Order: sequence, then C-alpha cells, then structure tokens
Amino acid sequence: MPEALALLSLHGLDAKVIAGGQSLAPMMNMRFAQPAHLVDLNALSELNGVARSGDTLVIGAMTRHHEVATSATVRSACALLAEAAGTIGHYAIRQRGTLGGSLAHADPAAQMPLIASTLGARIEIVGPSGSREVPACEFLISVMTTDLAPDEIVRAVHFPCMRQGERHAFEAFSRRHGDFAIAACAVTVMLADNAFAALRIGLGGVGDVPLVLDELAATCIGEAADAGAIARIGDAAAAAIDPHDHPDISIGYRRDLVRTLTMRALERAIRGGTQNT
Amino acid sequence: MEKTTIFLNVNGSRHEVHCEPRKLLSDALREDCRLTGTHVGCEHGVCGACTVLLDGRPARSCLTYAVQADEAEITTIEAVARNGRLSPLQRALHECHGLQCGFCTPGIVMTFEAYLREHPSPTEAQVREALSGNLCRCTGYQNIVRAILLAAEWMRAESVDVPA
Repeated sequence: MPEALALLSLHGLDAKVIAGGQSLAPMMNMRFAQPAHLVDLNALSELNGVARSGDTLVIGAMTRHHEVATSATVRSACALLAEAAGTIGHYAIRQRGTLGGSLAHADPAAQMPLIASTLGARIEIVGPSGSREVPACEFLISVMTTDLAPDEIVRAVHFPCMRQGERHAFEAFSRRHGDFAIAACAVTVMLADNAFAALRIGLGGVGDVPLVLDELAATCIGEAADAGAIARIGDAAAAAIDPHDHPDISIGYRRDLVRTLTMRALERAIRGGTQNT
Repeated sequence: MEKTTIFLNVNGSRHEVHCEPRKLLSDALREDCRLTGTHVGCEHGVCGACTVLLDGRPARSCLTYAVQADEAEITTIEAVARNGRLSPLQRALHECHGLQCGFCTPGIVMTFEAYLREHPSPTEAQVREALSGNLCRCTGYQNIVRAILLAAEWMRAESVDVPA
C-alpha cells in the first residue's frame, strides 16, 4: 500500500488506479481513457475480504463482486448487497470486478453506488496523510466523479448490517442482460402489524448520482403496507426523479420504469421473499 | 514504450514473454504464446470470446493486461481436451450441435468449465443467465443451452463414479 500511494503521489493525474479493470480496461481499449501509468492493486491481498464487526460489515475494496454476491457473511448481514452484486455484468465479469472499483468508477447506473447510498455505507479512503471515511452519498459527486483525490485509494467499504426482520429487494431493467440498467431500485422494509415501521428507497440510473428518497420514505411510516401505498410510493418515486432526456430513452419512459421497478421491489420486499438469513 | 519480461504459466508450460505493459493478455496469448484458440471479439468485455481461466477463475483476457498475469496460472481452450479426448462439455457441444462458426465457442467452454464446477446442477434459467456473458451470432443459443445441461448431467454422473 505505501508503494501504491507513493506511485500515485509521484505521477499525480497521469496515473490511474486499476482494480478489477472491468470498466477501466474497456475504456482504455476504446481510447476513452489514456492514462500514462496504471497502479495495479491486485497484489494487495490486505484489500480483500469480508468481515463483520458488530453491526458493521466491512468489505475490502478489492473484494470481487462474485465473492460479495456469494459470501455467507454478506448474505446474512447485508442480503440486499449480495442480491445486487449477483446482478452485475456477467459471471466472468463478476470474478474480476471489485466493490471498491465500482464505487470509484461511479457509473450512475451501477449497482454498488446505489446500494452503498441506499444503505448509508461509509467509504474508507487511504491517502498520503492517513485515512478518512466518507458517507457514500458524499463520496459520489457526479457522473464518474467522486470525492477521491488523485493520490488516494479506496481501502474498504463499511455497510451498516441490515436489522433482524428487515426485508429487501433490488430490481433493475436493462435492454440486454448484463448491461448497465436504464433504471434500478433498491428498497428495504421493516413492517409492524403490516404497516411500514422503516423504509428506504434508492433509485439508480435516474440522474448523476443515485437518489435516496428519505423524505418520501418518512411520510410512509405508520401507513399500511398495502397495494394502495405501493402505488402511491411508485407514483411519488416516478415524480421525484429529474433525469436527463436521452434520444433513445425519454424522460417519460424512465419515469414509467421507475414507477414499475419501485412497485415491484416494494411488493417483493413486503412479501418477504428475500429476508436476511 | 519500454518492454518488460514476464512469465506466464499457460496450460502447465512456462512462457517467458517480453512485452509492453499495455499489452493485453489476449494478445500475449495469441501473439507471444502462439495459442490462437483464445479469440478476440469485442475487446470490451461484452462478447466473452476471449474468456480464459486466470488462477482457476474465468476472466476476460481482453480486459486483463499481460503484466497483471505475471506468474499466474492460465488455462486456455487448448488445454481443455486431455490426451486427445474432448471434455464432457466439448463432447456435449459436439453432440448437441452447439456451434456453427465456432468463433464464440472457446469462450463458452472456458466460462462453463468453471461455472459447472461451481454449479453442478444448474437450472436452464441459470445456464441462460450465465451464458448471457457470451455472445453467439450463429446458433440462437438453444443448442448451446442443451449442450451445457447435458454436460452437467454427464459430469454429475462421472463424479459419482469417481471415489472421493
């Protein structure tokens, strides 16, 4: 790690950190990115691994998506994260792509930025003057833009463990399997007497960064978790987004997708098919 | 750009390769190791034709730099058949007519040699999900899916025969 940090300090903006390379290498192959130097983190085994410490799940930045998706620890402590990680790209891509790389790349439609934002994860960053932690929603600044300085490296991600009885669902839509989603929705739900006791709704692919609808969720607490509520929340989520107009994907289409995905995610979470084990 | 010397352990043979750090593993395998069974299709990770096993796990060799594989164990399509005998997956692809032009086939074989070891009894839906990472422009996938399911069946039967 000291060697990697020294190389980044030496080369500054001419250097780029490479983790799994599943986004950076395509960008370099297509000459969209032309860094003069790559600093490869793959040999840093201390950046690998999943550990639970009390109510926090700490995952090393170089942990591959496949491990995040299949780890028994992640599945029991943070099942929403495991479910979403299992939908990233394709099987071979998930063997190489990493959690830290996905966050540092900050594609607005990617799964990991959405889940980190929705769950309120904290990003642990190491730089020449020590380490610091930043909430995911502050780490993600804009499209492919983060709070990470050119001489800093993501070391780990700290996820608050989901609570006992908390249900979740992740829904995404893309035209081809494995592509980045046009829109995605992650929800977590706690129920008490069939009413919302806690609710989190996160949307991806709808703007420059993931959108977490805390205010909307707060208005639902105490309300019956029935079809009427699901439809109302779907409409409100569709109205809450402010997406870019795109020649192939109109704003109206994206709103419709957000409404549908939000309703599907809520229905599935409330049914409780995917609780933490 | 200055060349560097690396060692690639490919299919059990050690290859000394002198290459620029920017050289892709797919190009090093084809040009330096002279193993052209690994195909290069899209060069951005979508088509899956270049998939090899890197330390036992499937990886896009077009998204990996050769220098990153220095001293790693690499398995390519050339090593899947043993002693002139096709692997169960290769036999099943032959049997089910799971290929036409064959360009995508090495990537499919390498992906599913790993996948079937991890998932010995996949459902058809799971096979299709995993196969989504390999593009085939000829077959329409039906026979590939049949072949993978058949190979899984054969491999399960084989593993029963072999004492643990």
